[in-house]
Amino acid sequence: MKTMTHFAFFDEGSKKEIRRATLKAVAIPGYQVPFASREMPIARGWGTGGLQLTLSLIGKTDIVKVIDQGADESVNAVSIKKLVQQTTNVALTENTEAASLIQSRHRIPEVPLTKEQILVLQVPTPEPLRQVEASEYITKRLHAEDEYSGVWLLLFEQIMKYGKTATGADHPVYVNGRYVMAPSPIPRFDNQKLHYSEALILLGAGREKKIYAVPPYTDVNSLAFEDYPFTVESFADHTCYLCGADDVFLDELIDETSGKSYYQCNDTSYCVDRLNSLKEKEAAPTHA
Amino acid sequence: MGYVAVKGGTKAIEASIKRLTYERLKESEIIEVKTIMATMRSLVDQVMSESSLYSPFLAALSIKQAEGSMEEAVFIMRAHRSTLPRLYYSQTVESESMFVERRISASFKDIPGGQLLGATTDYTHRLLDFSLLDERVKQNEEWVKAYELELANIKATDKVSYFPKVVEYLRKEGLFDTYEADDTKPVDITKENLPFPAPRSARLQVLTRGQTGAVTALGYASLRGYGQVHPTVGEVRVGALPVYVDQPNGTGQNHEDPYYIGEIKVSEVESFVPVSTKNQKNEAELEFEIGYGVCYGQNETKAIAMSILDQCLEHPESNFPTHDEEFVLLHIDSVESTGFISHLKLPHYVTFQSKLDSVREVKKEGKE
Repeated sequence: MKTMTHFAFFDEGSKKEIRRATLKAVAIPGYQVPFASREMPIARGWGTGGLQLTLSLIGKTDIVKVIDQGADESVNAVSIKKLVQQTTNVALTENTEAASLIQSRHRIPEVPLTKEQILVLQVPTPEPLRQVEASEYITKRLHAEDEYSGVWLLLFEQIMKYGKTATGADHPVYVNGRYVMAPSPIPRFDNQKLHYSEALILLGAGREKKIYAVPPYTDVNSLAFEDYPFTVESFADHTCYLCGADDVFLDELIDETSGKSYYQCNDTSYCVDRLNSLKEKEAAPTHA
Repeated sequence: MGYVAVKGGTKAIEASIKRLTYERLKESEIIEVKTIMATMRSLVDQVMSESSLYSPFLAALSIKQAEGSMEEAVFIMRAHRSTLPRLYYSQTVESESMFVERRISASFKDIPGGQLLGATTDYTHRLLDFSLLDERVKQNEEWVKAYELELANIKATDKVSYFPKVVEYLRKEGLFDTYEADDTKPVDITKENLPFPAPRSARLQVLTRGQTGAVTALGYASLRGYGQVHPTVGEVRVGALPVYVDQPNGTGQNHEDPYYIGEIKVSEVESFVPVSTKNQKNEAELEFEIGYGVCYGQNETKAIAMSILDQCLEHPESNFPTHDEEFVLLHIDSVESTGFISHLKLPHYVTFQSKLDSVREVKKEGKE
C-alpha cells in the first residue's frame, strides 16, 4: 500500500485555516492569533509553527531558504528543507537574495530583506508575558487591556539586581505602539531589523498554536527605559576570521590547540557570499 | 581551525538515517504488521489512543517503523493524521449501546446485569513465563480449539442484551443529580485552538488523547494528596461501540438510514466522587458527582486516571495544580511534551551567545 502526500503535505482545508489565521495576524500587527496547529512529521519544538506557515504559503514558483541559528547546513535546517522539497518539489537556495520564502530559527539574515520576500520565524514561546504570568487565560486579558507593567517590572528588576537589563535573546518589542511581542529568540542584535522591515515577517509557534506577524513598514521598538537604553550584543574588537566582517552577529569559537577564542559570521551564507566576492576582487587584476 | 558545525549537515543526516536503518535491519529479523496486530494488542491500543487515530493496522505499522518506541509511533500517527481530510462527524455514540466484553463495578457487588470479568491481567501473577520461549503454533492452535469447544457448550441467548449503566440505579435513588442532555456541539480541538476556560468537551478530548503515563501520573498525584478527588469506580467497561455517520446530503429530518462505518473498541469509566453541596435551606449535604474517562482500546488505568482528572477540572476552585486546567491540559500531550523536551538537543549557539554577552556585561560592570 503506497500513498502519495498532498502538495505541501497538508490537505487544502488545513492550508486555508492557517492562511486565515495569517491574514488576521497581518491585520493586527503583533497580536497572537490562535490556530489549531497540525501535528507535523517533524517534532513539536523543532520548527512546526514555521513549517506550517511555510507549507501554507508555498507555491510552485517559490524559492525556499531555511536557516537554523544562522546556518543553512545545520542539521535541522537540512531536515526541514528536505521535507519541504519532498512534498512540493520547489527550488531551494542558500542565497538570501534569491529566496522568496525564508524560514529561519532565531536569526534574521544579515542581508536586508526586500518586499518581494517573506520571512518566517520559528517561535518556541510566543507569549512575552509568560515569564511573569503562567496562565494563558490571564495573559490574554493582559494583552487585551494593554496591561504590560509585568514585563516593564521584569526589566526594572534586572536593572535593580544587575545594574542593567540582562535579557538574552527574545528581548520583548512593542509592535505598532500597541502589542508587546516576543520577537522569537533572535539575538537583540536582530531586533532592529524588525523595525520598518520591507519584508513581511510571520512568526509561527506550532506547539503553542499561535501565529503572529510584523507587516512591512511597521514600527517595532525594543522595550527599554530612557536612562537605560536598549543595547545589542557587543562584538567590539572582533571580526570574522574568515571574511573579516565586523558589523554582523558573530559565533564565538574556541581554538582547540591554543584554547583562545576566535570569531566567525553566524550567518553562513552571508559569510560565503563575502568570501566569494573577495575572491573575485582578488582575481580581477590578473585578468587585466 | 575547521569551519565549525555548520557545513556537512546534509551528509551527516544521511549517514545518521542510514545508521538508523542498519540498527533495525542488522539482526535480519522481520516483524510483520499482522504479527504486531495479533500479539501486541495493548501497545496498539495505547498508540491509537494517544494519537487519536483509530486504526489498528496503521498503529501496528507505526510501531514497526518506530521499533517499538511509543512516543515515536504516536508521533508518526499524529503526523499522518494531519494529511487526512476530515469530512464527517459521526452521530453521537451512546455508550449504553456498547457490545460489552468486560464490565465491573467497584461500588456494588451485585450490579444490574452482573459483573463480567472478561480478559484482564488483573488477576494474573506477574511472573516471567519462560514457557513462552518455546511456544509452538500447533500447540497454540490446539489450545484455542479446546477453548472454543468449551465455549460452544455454553448456551448463548438469541437476543443481544445491553448492560444498563450502574449510575442509573443510583440516579433513581436521588443520589445523583439528573441533568438535561447537553446537546451543545462539542469543540473540536484538532480544528480550533484550545480556549480557556475550556469547555468540558475540549477538556475530555485533550485528556483522552493524553500520554498514558502523564495522565496516570497526574491522576495519581490528585488521588494521593495533590488534589481533592477520591473516587470509587462506579463502572469500568470495555467493549465495542458502533459508529454511524449521517447521510451527508440529508436534511436530518427525513428517515434516510445513517451509514454504519464500523466499530471502535474503548475503555469507559464512570467514577463516583462524593462532594459536599448546600441544599435549599443552606445546609451542608453530601452528594455524588461523576468523573468520566474514556479512551480507545483496552487501557483501563488511563481511563480511570482520566475520570479523576475530569472531576478535578470540574472543580477549579481547589488550589491544587491537578485542578488547574492549563496545568493539566497543556502538559499531557505526548507529541507536545516529547517534542519540546527533545528540541533541547537542537543547537542554541545564537541564543546562548546572546545570554553569554549579557552575563559578561553584567560581570564587567560589577568590576568597574
